[in-house]
Amino acid sequence: MIPYILIAPSLLFLGVLFLVPLVQTIALAFQVHGAWTTANFTTMADDINFHDAIVDTFAIVAIAVPLQLVLALGMAMMLRGLGRGRDIVLWIWSIPLGISDLAAGLVWLAILTDQGFLNTVLLKLGLVSGPVSWLSYETPTALLIGIAFAELWRATAIVLVILVAGVQMLPKEYNEAADVFGASPWQRFTRITLPLLKPSIQTALILRTVLAFEMFAIVQAIGGRNFPVIVGEAFTWQYTNQNFGVAAAYAVVVMLVSLAATLVYLRALRTPREQIG
Amino acid sequence: MIRIVTSVLAATMAMSLPARAEDLVFLSTQLRPVEEAQKMREIILKAGPVLTTYVADFPQVVPTRLAAEREGGKHTVSLVGGLHGELQPLVTAGDLMPMDVLAAKLAGRGIPPALMELGKLGTAHQMYIPWMQATYIMVANKQALPFLPKGADINALTFDQLAEWSAAVQASTGKRMLGFPAGPQGLMHRFFEGFLYPSYTGGVVSTFKSAEAEAMWTQFAALWKTVNPNSTSYNFMQEPLLAGDVWIGFDHVARMLDALRQKPDQFVAFPAPAGPKGRGYMPVIAGLAIAQGAPDAKGAEALIDYLSTPATQIKMAQTSGFFPVVTATLPDDLEPGLKLAVAAIARTQSAPDAKPSLLPIGLGTQGGAFDKIYLDTFQRVVLRGEKPRAVLDRQAEGLKKIMAETGAPCWLPDKPSQGPCPVE
Repeated sequence: MIPYILIAPSLLFLGVLFLVPLVQTIALAFQVHGAWTTANFTTMADDINFHDAIVDTFAIVAIAVPLQLVLALGMAMMLRGLGRGRDIVLWIWSIPLGISDLAAGLVWLAILTDQGFLNTVLLKLGLVSGPVSWLSYETPTALLIGIAFAELWRATAIVLVILVAGVQMLPKEYNEAADVFGASPWQRFTRITLPLLKPSIQTALILRTVLAFEMFAIVQAIGGRNFPVIVGEAFTWQYTNQNFGVAAAYAVVVMLVSLAATLVYLRALRTPREQIG
Repeated sequence: MIRIVTSVLAATMAMSLPARAEDLVFLSTQLRPVEEAQKMREIILKAGPVLTTYVADFPQVVPTRLAAEREGGKHTVSLVGGLHGELQPLVTAGDLMPMDVLAAKLAGRGIPPALMELGKLGTAHQMYIPWMQATYIMVANKQALPFLPKGADINALTFDQLAEWSAAVQASTGKRMLGFPAGPQGLMHRFFEGFLYPSYTGGVVSTFKSAEAEAMWTQFAALWKTVNPNSTSYNFMQEPLLAGDVWIGFDHVARMLDALRQKPDQFVAFPAPAGPKGRGYMPVIAGLAIAQGAPDAKGAEALIDYLSTPATQIKMAQTSGFFPVVTATLPDDLEPGLKLAVAAIARTQSAPDAKPSLLPIGLGTQGGAFDKIYLDTFQRVVLRGEKPRAVLDRQAEGLKKIMAETGAPCWLPDKPSQGPCPVE
């Protein structure tokens, strides 16, 4: 009985602040003027920006998340090889974690805008003759790369931190044994470290992918109207168009996409019971 | 909820002011921020002809308060100040007094006839006297002036001349230097609703998918080829103008004032261009009206008289960011940037071909959806290059739905309608 009493406050907390709004949002998405309907979803799907928002969001997730995983793995391995100075390097690498999304977006905007640092450098190097637009609706590829870059810079650290924690828990013995049998560093990485890291990778991927589907502030700052994303559209429908139903429909889409991604990771990166400690 | 709390707070603050029984009560929806209201009290009204208690409150409070006073039979408010669209429902409710005698008396002040006509609010009588205004203007860097088409008067440009001008700038500099505030927080929709549509089609709603509208979008898409592609990120045109990214820009005067104030020698300000149906422009007009049953109607008239003298109007411009509606000789020591803005606004509204187009009236919470119709049309036709006819037919369905749901009758420049404004 006592354990239930102890977890009751947190359950209540989640119920009031998470489940209730969730149910309300779903109800809102299926109502127009109080009547049950799927009209909000039709409006959403018919909208000029819906297709772009879906494509853009998935494009960023597909580009940024795998790259972030690879980068973070590499960085975690490098950290393992470092002796002195390891903490300093880790600290510097995690600086972007301490910066808000919007601030990160504004930093990259200052770099990529017409009069920004990138163009200044290119101009000084004589590579361009005048300011080049990177972020306009006419340069969708450059815009996508710019946003992917900002996203990489901003959020690789969260993957890194999770992986570093996982790496620290790996028993040294397997690696030493493999070393004795003459396994190359690459073999040791692919045959020992990666499989053992699977639970950490799973956690990092779930967290990262869900957050990437919800990205908003960075994109808003860099791409504005030129790069619609799902959550950005929800915001626009809520505040600019004042249509709460369609905004809620977008919220439901984000929730479903995130749930689906989580399920995929849970299945694909399943660790058999016998392997867990 | 927040609104309710703030209006309660505002009401308590208003009550705590030293309101003497003999004071004239001036209820206004404008100049609400504490600092502006304070300037209104300390600088403008203190020098006025009658002792006045200035009460600034939210637009939705005014009709409620007047209705309550009417029903309770105890009138306190004498003078009402608000935007054109906010005063309209007061006429319908019968809370405003006709003021034809005063209008005749003020005839010599030089308020443009088009604005005075607006003050009738669709009745046969003068219901309010225009008080102050703002609008959208164009600002150009002086470096762009040599490229003006031959024979073009910058103060009487047409859209064709603007296209020619912008193309000449591009041909010479290799850059697209015309800019519009089409960013996420920009006011681009007002350009379509108040300038482009009225200039080309003579209407906004009824002519939405007309043949003229189709031709207009085709021409605007062509003009857009000379527009800075970063326009879809611009929210306030003063920034790209100051940075030199844009040489010719269109925006609300308040969103360009910084550029004019910081570098008055570098910029010129002038009216937006005209199309085949006239020089469409969207005035943001505040008016002064006398409440039905006002305890001090004579005092209110004297106050309106005072507020519409050129001297007071100039003082208002210096303290509020709103501009004179009367003919006012500007003092030599007026801030040069402000002077540019005032002159451009005066030229806009006194242009012989001026075609005032009001902010949408009666749309309530559908205002955002209404703006989206125009912005989506822009995005499809201009940014994505879709054929105007198909886009207009598609968007017109959405527009019809909004008009039907809100039941909003036509507003200027569309012809008055019985029932919801039709999309023809």
